[in-house]
Amino acid sequence: MRATDLLDFAWQVLRGNRGRTLLILLALAIGVAAVVAVTSLGEGARLYVLNQFGSLGSHLVIVLPGRSETAGAMPGVLVGKTPRDLTLDDALALKSSHAVRRIAPLVVGAGDVHVGSRVRETPVLGSVADLMAIRNMELAQGAFLPEADPRRMLPVCVIGSKVAFELFANQPALGEWLRIGDRRFRVVGIMAHQGESLGFNTDEIVIVPLAAAQALFNTEALFRVLVEAKSREQIETAKRDVEEILRARHEGERDVTVITQDAVLATFDRILGALTLAVGGIAAISLAVAGILVMNVMLIAVTQRRREIGLLKALGATGRQIRLMFFTEATMLALAGSALGLAAGQATTHLALQLYPDIPFQAPWWALIAAPAVAAAASILFTVAPARRAAQLDPVQALSRR
Amino acid sequence: MISLHGIERSFLVGDETVHALRGVDLDIAAGEYVSIMGPSGSGKSTLLNVVGLLDRPDGGRYELDGRDVTGLAEDDLARVRREKMGFVFQFFHLVSRLSAAQNIELPMMLAGIDPLERQRRLQQLLADYGLEDRARHRPDQLSGGQCQRVAIARAMSMKPAVILADEPTGNLDRHTGQEVMAVLERVHQSGGSLVLVTHDPEIGSRAKRRLRMRDGAIVGDERG
Ligand SMILES: Nc1ncnc2c1ncn2[C@@H]1O[C@H](COP(=O)(O)OP(=O)(O)OP(=O)(O)O)[C@@H](O)[C@H]1O
Ligand SMILES: [Mg+2]
Repeated sequence: MRATDLLDFAWQVLRGNRGRTLLILLALAIGVAAVVAVTSLGEGARLYVLNQFGSLGSHLVIVLPGRSETAGAMPGVLVGKTPRDLTLDDALALKSSHAVRRIAPLVVGAGDVHVGSRVRETPVLGSVADLMAIRNMELAQGAFLPEADPRRMLPVCVIGSKVAFELFANQPALGEWLRIGDRRFRVVGIMAHQGESLGFNTDEIVIVPLAAAQALFNTEALFRVLVEAKSREQIETAKRDVEEILRARHEGERDVTVITQDAVLATFDRILGALTLAVGGIAAISLAVAGILVMNVMLIAVTQRRREIGLLKALGATGRQIRLMFFTEATMLALAGSALGLAAGQATTHLALQLYPDIPFQAPWWALIAAPAVAAAASILFTVAPARRAAQLDPVQALSRR
Repeated sequence: MISLHGIERSFLVGDETVHALRGVDLDIAAGEYVSIMGPSGSGKSTLLNVVGLLDRPDGGRYELDGRDVTGLAEDDLARVRREKMGFVFQFFHLVSRLSAAQNIELPMMLAGIDPLERQRRLQQLLADYGLEDRARHRPDQLSGGQCQRVAIARAMSMKPAVILADEPTGNLDRHTGQEVMAVLERVHQSGGSLVLVTHDPEIGSRAKRRLRMRDGAIVGDERG
């Protein structure tokens, strides 16, 4: 039998049983589309998080007070022993490392910001001029915090675009004064719209000099110290130096946690990658279900087409030819179902992109290959039994009028 | 050409064994026209199926053109059927979703015959059986007589040595039956053997050789 005849014959069967064909196509398409859509959501989340970290700044080492290591130790021993604070002097000492380019100590709190009679509660960030470079911030208007001794309480602030709008409406904010608690600050800069960046929405914060924030929140302790290494290669050196310097200053105790952006990135990347794979796998179960449906429909087809199969055998079809006919049918269904599913999956991804333009939804390449491959494998595999049964039909029995 | 020796065929029904064929000996020469008659259940269809290699005997020997085909494997049997046998059934057995032309083409398609050659033979068959203006019709758009003509054309498409017809007029009215018989006999006149099972004595008596069966055995063999 020629390949073209085989295809033509299968095509006639599929066309002749429209309802059945559409049902299988639907099942396969839903399975493939589910895998594509779900993995593209997962992949979108992964890329989104990676981008967020990327916008944090380059070659970043982050210092947190307290030890977040619990491995092996008896947790009870550590409880009750407050970790030593991270101070501005600690932060400034880090500059002595040759691997460190800049540092930006951070103090964070929430404050009521007043302008005239308007009040708004916003996160208030105390930091230094270098923060802008370290976190790749952009300004819409004015300037960032001035380069100055971080111990000086300059009465200036930089505000986010949303804060500016809410407090000053459409009036020019630059040069105006605002009040946080009992302190007054002059607006020297407005940040460009950047949106969310790892926990902070820069549109919604007020940045003041470090010393001012320490006074406002009445604390010496730093929330974080952001350290920028001189190059990517020096990140590890910078991390070691930071740990050494702080240990020396803290009487030999390792009471800070130092994380590098790379390590955090890699962890998130791993977790979200695994998550995408897992949900993709769950969605793939629907493909197996589609495969079982194919098998059932094919088994019914064998029963319904007993006479036809018997006739074909009487006309000289070999068992192999009968099996091939069934497999051709299954393959055509699988290919068409996969194509439909890929199209539907991509359409869903596209729709998600329209709804959430910030998140880079896109199906990972492996899902685009695996989903149709699994669909094809399932429908062909599940056709083995029906095809064998058809090939073994006794033509005399099949043709008898019973 | 066809030579059966002591062919046995029995079926297990429940725990009873039904002997459909009991030691049948039969020789059919090339180009012979044979009718098989006999009461219902006497084994006529079973014999035809064995001759057509659709069914395997439980005992005995079957030689086709001097070659023992008793022990051939399934797929080899299929190939012999394809090359040498043409079946015509009481219920036509046309594939309902295919057109008359596609039904006629089926055996040639299974044999992998070149599409050009196929087309040539198809046109010839459509002309021979008066089906030119019905080629694109599906079976449900054809009359019984036309359906049977399609089935005969299909049986002839591989130019078989033997045409086996099991009550080909059983489902047709008298007049149409006569027409179909005329077509079948034309096939025989062009050189092939024709083996015909029928209940109709008038049709059976048209054959040059007339077999009579009872209880799975051939009890009469008239010629002339
Ligand atoms: N597949 C089968 N299973 C069980 N018994 C069968 C089978 N096929 C045939 N038989 C039995 O074998 C015997 C011969 O059957 P066969 O069909 O050859 O008769 P027949 O002469 O063609 O009858 P009819 O004129 O009614 O067609 C019958 O008793 C029948 O019941
Ligand atoms: Mg019969």
